[in-house]
Amino acid sequence: MFDDFLVRAALAGLGVALAAAPLGCFIVWRRMAYFGDATAHAAVLGVALSLTLETPIFAGALVVCLLMATLVSNLTGRGYAMDTLLGVMAHSSLAIGLVAVSFLQGVRIDLMAYLFGDILAVGKTDLAVIWGGAAMVLFLVGYRWSGLLLATLNPDLAHASGISPKREQLILTIALAIVVAVAIKVVGVLLIAAMLIIPAATARPFCRTPEMMAVLAAIIGCSASLIGLKASYEFDTPTGPTIVSMVALMFAFSSIVWNISHRARARARTDS
Amino acid sequence: MLIQTNNLFVHLGQRLVLEDINMEVEKGEIVSIIGPNGSGKSTLLRALIGAVEPTSGQVQRAPGLAIGYVPQRLHIDETLPMSVRRFMSLPHRPTAAELDAAMAVAGVSGLDKQQVMSLSGGQFQRVLLARAILEKPDLLLLDEATQGLDHRGSAGFYHQIETVRQELGCAVIMVSHELHVVMRRTDRVICINRHVCCQGLPDVVSTSPEYQSLFALDYQEEAVYLHRDHHGYSHNGGKH
Repeated sequence: MFDDFLVRAALAGLGVALAAAPLGCFIVWRRMAYFGDATAHAAVLGVALSLTLETPIFAGALVVCLLMATLVSNLTGRGYAMDTLLGVMAHSSLAIGLVAVSFLQGVRIDLMAYLFGDILAVGKTDLAVIWGGAAMVLFLVGYRWSGLLLATLNPDLAHASGISPKREQLILTIALAIVVAVAIKVVGVLLIAAMLIIPAATARPFCRTPEMMAVLAAIIGCSASLIGLKASYEFDTPTGPTIVSMVALMFAFSSIVWNISHRARARARTDS
Repeated sequence: MLIQTNNLFVHLGQRLVLEDINMEVEKGEIVSIIGPNGSGKSTLLRALIGAVEPTSGQVQRAPGLAIGYVPQRLHIDETLPMSVRRFMSLPHRPTAAELDAAMAVAGVSGLDKQQVMSLSGGQFQRVLLARAILEKPDLLLLDEATQGLDHRGSAGFYHQIETVRQELGCAVIMVSHELHVVMRRTDRVICINRHVCCQGLPDVVSTSPEYQSLFALDYQEEAVYLHRDHHGYSHNGGKH
C-alpha cells in the first residue's frame, strides 16, 4: 500500500500532525510561537549545508535548528531581548541559507520544495524518517510530561519538586528541532510553525485539562492533513498550503464558537 | 537539621541581595523570616528551593528532603487549561483519597473540578497549600502566602497552616510582613535586611535594637491594627 503516493502523503501528514500537536501545546502555553518560527527559518541554512556536504537533509536541518536554539537560549538576557535575538538569527540564517544554496553548482534543487514542502513527493525513506522522528518526539514529551507541565506552569514550583526547568526547556528545544527537521518535506519550513500553533490554539476553548488539549490538537491536525490532502487533489492546489488553510479555517470556526459561548456565559451571569 | 545555609551570598545581576546568611531549621519548628521590602526574603526562600544559584556559600538539605513550596503569587496563563484536580496532581499523581484529604485540610473541598483561573485569590492560595501538602513535605515554605487576602482570610490561612503542621509534623519556614502573626505563631524569627540582623525567639527579637530600628514605624501601626483585630473578633464571637 506504500506504493501509492497518496497513501504515503497521507501517512506523512498524519505523522507530522501527531508529533506537532503536543509540542504545539507547549509552544502556545509558554508563548514560544516566535521561537518555533525562528527554528524553522534556520532550517533553510541546514538544508543548504546538507546539500553542500551531501548529508541527509534531516540531519543538516536538525543540527542547525539545535545550534540556533542553544545559541538563542544562551545569549538571551545579555543585552538583547529574546525576540530581538530570534529575529536576528532566524532571518539571517534564512538569508544565508538562500545565498548558500545559490552557490551550489551542478545540483538542481527546487527551493520551493523546501520552503513550502512537497508532500506528494514523499518516498518510503522519508516516511521512515518522519515516523521515526514523530515517535521520538512523542516519547520525549510523553516521558517528561509532568515535569514539562510543572516547569511551564511555574519554574519555582518545579525547582521545589526537584525538577530542573532548564532541563525541561532543553527537552522541548530538542523535540522542536526534530519536528522541524522531519516536517520540511511535508509542509516546508515556512509553514511548520502553523502546524505547531494553529491546532493547539484551535483546541484550547474546548478543553479543561492540558492532556485533553494535546489530544484534541492531534485530532484537529490529523483531520486537517487528510482533508487538506484530499482538497488539494480535487482542486489541484499546492498541498502544504492547502493543509494549513484547512487548520486556519478550523481555528476561525473555533474562535467564533468560543466568542459566542463566552458572551452567552457572561449574559447568564449578569441575568442571575 | 533539615536545611541550613553556610555563608550564603547571592547576587541578582550585579546587585548583592543576600550577604553571608547563616541559618538552619530543625525538624518540626516554625521559623518566620521578616524584613522590609526588598530585603531579600523571597530570594532567600528561592535559594533554599534551589531556584537561584548562590554566588558563594552553600545550601545544605537533609538527604531526601521533601519540600512543599507555596509561592507569593502564581499567574497561570489563560492559554493553559487546568482544572484544580489536575493542578494538584503535578508532578506526582496522588490517589483520590489523598487528594480529597489534602483539599479538606487546606479548606478547599469541592473545588476540584473548577478551572484554576476561575478561583479567587484566597481559594488559589489554599489550593497551592493543598498541593504542597500532597508532596508530603518535611519542610513547608510559604512566601508571603497571605498577600492579597483580607484580614480574616489571612487569619484563617494561618490557622490552616497550624493544622497542617500538626497533621504532617513538618517544619515551616514562612516569609511574612504580618508581624503580629509572626510574633504569635512562630518558634523562631529571623530578621533579615540583606544580612541577618537578628534571630531568635520572638520575644527576644522584638526587643532587640536591630529589630526596633527596622520596624519602628511598622510596629506602631501593627499595635493599632492588633487592637482593632481583637475588637473585630469579639463581635464575631471568635477568640484568640
